[in-house]
Amino acid sequence: MRYVIVGSSHAAVGCVEAIRERDPQGEIVLFSKEGHRPYSRPLISYYLQGKTDRERMLLRGGDFFERMNVRAHLGCAVAAIDAAGHYVLDETGEKTPYDKLLIATGSVPFVPPMEGLEKVQNKQGFLTLDDALELEGRLNPQSRVLIIGAGLIGMKCAEGIAHRVQQVDVVEMAPRVLPAVLDTEAAALVQARMEKENIRFHLGTSAERFDAAEALLKNGEKIPFDLLVLAVGVRPNTALLEQAGAAVQRGVQVDEGMRTTLKDVYAAGDVALSHDSTDDDKEKVLAILPNAYLQGRVAGLNMAGGQDRLPEVFPMNAGGFFDLHMISAGSTRGEEIRVEQETGLKKLYVRDDKLVGFLMLGDVERAGIYTALIRDKTPLHSIDFALIAKAPQLMAFSGQERARKLGGKAI
Amino acid sequence: MKRIYVEEKWCLACRLCEYNCAFANSGKDDMVKALKGAKIHPRIRVEQAGGISFAVSCRHCRDPLCQRACISGALSLKDGQVHIDENKCVGCYTCIMVCPYGAIMPSEKGAVQKCDLCMQNHNGEPACVAGCPNRAIVYEEREDEPCAM
Ligand SMILES: Cc1cc2nc3c(=O)[nH]c(=O)nc-3n(C[C@H](O)[C@H](O)[C@H](O)COP(=O)(O)OP(=O)(O)OC[C@H]3O[C@@H](n4cnc5c(N)ncnc54)[C@H](O)[C@@H]3O)c2cc1C
Repeated sequence: MRYVIVGSSHAAVGCVEAIRERDPQGEIVLFSKEGHRPYSRPLISYYLQGKTDRERMLLRGGDFFERMNVRAHLGCAVAAIDAAGHYVLDETGEKTPYDKLLIATGSVPFVPPMEGLEKVQNKQGFLTLDDALELEGRLNPQSRVLIIGAGLIGMKCAEGIAHRVQQVDVVEMAPRVLPAVLDTEAAALVQARMEKENIRFHLGTSAERFDAAEALLKNGEKIPFDLLVLAVGVRPNTALLEQAGAAVQRGVQVDEGMRTTLKDVYAAGDVALSHDSTDDDKEKVLAILPNAYLQGRVAGLNMAGGQDRLPEVFPMNAGGFFDLHMISAGSTRGEEIRVEQETGLKKLYVRDDKLVGFLMLGDVERAGIYTALIRDKTPLHSIDFALIAKAPQLMAFSGQERARKLGGKAI
Repeated sequence: MKRIYVEEKWCLACRLCEYNCAFANSGKDDMVKALKGAKIHPRIRVEQAGGISFAVSCRHCRDPLCQRACISGALSLKDGQVHIDENKCVGCYTCIMVCPYGAIMPSEKGAVQKCDLCMQNHNGEPACVAGCPNRAIVYEEREDEPCAM
C-alpha cells in the first residue's frame, strides 16, 4: 500500500499519525511546497513576539518523519494529480503513483485588486513561516507597518510585531476588529487592549490606492508606511483538485469520511468544506486548526481501511491579544443571554433548547464545558442551565451523567 | 490503563486533594513552606454545591480533543496519558476551549496546566488519590474509558 500526502501542515500530520495507528508498514510519501518540517502555523506571530522559537514551533519535533517512516519531499510542490492514472506529478516532472491520496494543501492568501499595489516594494502576506521570517528580516525598530485586514491573521500579525517596530496601523473594511468572530461590544474591548500597545486602527474604510510608501484610504486619511502586510483573507487552495476534476465549490466537497468525488482521493483541512452543526449543517470553509487536524486524522484512518466519520464541527476560536483572552464557538443566531462577569464579557446563544454558541472575553476558564454542550446538542432542560450559565461546571449535570463522566460508569 | 475516578458519594469536600496536588507539583519538600499563605493552583478542582461535592481532573480521554486541537504541539499522548509540555505551550487556551470536563486550566506561568497523574513529579503515583481520606478518588483500571466526544 502506498499513501501519498500533499501538504505537511496540521491536516497532513493528523493523517500521518492516523495511518500509522492502523498501518505501521505501508509506504507514506509526502510532498510539501514549503521547505520546513511540520511546524505550527498559528505560532508564526508568537515567534515574532518572542514567545516561541524555530525548534519549539516544530509540531512533533524534528524527527517526526523518521519516527513515522515517511519519505518526505520538502520544498517540492505537486503540480498535478492524474486521478485516472492514480499518480501525482511533482514540479520536477517526477510521477509518484498512489493507492490512496490526501490533498491537504490548506489556504492561500486572497488579495483583491487594489490600485497602485504594484508600486509597493515591501509587501507580503502573513500565512507561513517563510512569511514570518521575511517580515522579521525587513522590520526594524523604526519601521512603520501597515496591515490591511483586522481578521485573525492581521490582528495576530499586529500583536506579534507591535513591540518590535515604531508604529503599526491596521485598516479594516468592517466597522470593527475581528468581524467574523466578535460582536461590536467584544471587538471594542479587544481593540482598546491593542491600542494600548502602539497599534492604531482605521475601521470601516479601505485603501483607495497605494503609492510606494503611502496608502490613501477611502475616508481621506493618508498613512505612510515602510512595510505593507496584506491580510485581507484566505481561500481554500483547491487548484490541484479542481484541475483533476473533483467537485469544488469554494472548498472541496468531501463526505463524512473525507473522501472527495475522485476515487481514492481524500481532502482535509482548510482546503475542504465542512458542515457547520450550529448553522443547519450548511457547507462552509471552517479554516481552523482543530478542524484541520481532526479531518486529517479521519482521512488517515479511512485511507488505512477504516470507516471513520468526522465528529460534529462548528466554528471555534481560542486566543487572545496580549493578556486579554477570548474564546468563541458556534453561532450567534439565537436568544442572547448576557451573563454579568466581574471582569470581561460573557454571552451565550440559545436556540430550540440548545446552546448553539458562546463568546467569552477575559475569564475563559472551563469554556470547553460550553463547547461540549454545543457539540453534544445537550437539551438544556436536562441540566441546571441557570447554574451552568453562571460558570461552566459539571455540577449542572445530573448525578447519573456525572457518574458517567467522572466515574467510568456506563449509563 | 489506570485512571483517576471519583465517587461523589464519598467526597467530603475537604479539598485535601487540591492541597496534595498543589504540593506534589510545587517542587518543594515541605508542605507548609509550599502552601502556607499562598494561593494554590491545583490541577484537580473540587466542585461543591448543597450537599454534593466531587473532584475533577484530567480524564486522560481515549480520544483527547485537547491533544488533537492543540495549535503548538505542546499536548501529546504517551501510552494513553495526555501530557503537556509547558515549554512548547504558548497559552492560546485552545485546549481550554475544547476540554468537555473543564480539566485544563491556566497556570501561573502562562502555559496551561493539567493533571499528569503525578508522572512528572517526585510522587510517582497520584497524590490526590494517596491523600484522599475517604477513597472518594481512586486510581484504577475500569472498563468504560472516558472519551472527549
Ligand atoms: C497567523 C495565523 C494564525 C492562526 N491562528 C489560528 C488559531 O489561533 N486557531 C486556529 O484554529 N487556527 C488558526 N489559524 C488557521 C490554521 O493555521 C489553519 O486552519 C491550519 O493551518 C490549516 O491546516 P492545513 O493542514 O489544512 O493547511 P495549511 O496549514 O494551510 O498548510 C498547507 C500545506 O500544503 C502545502 N502545499 C500547498 N500547496 C502545495 C502543493 N501544490 N504541493 C505541495 N504542497 C503544497 C504547504 O506547503 C503546507 O504544508 C491561523 C493561521 C494563521 C496564518
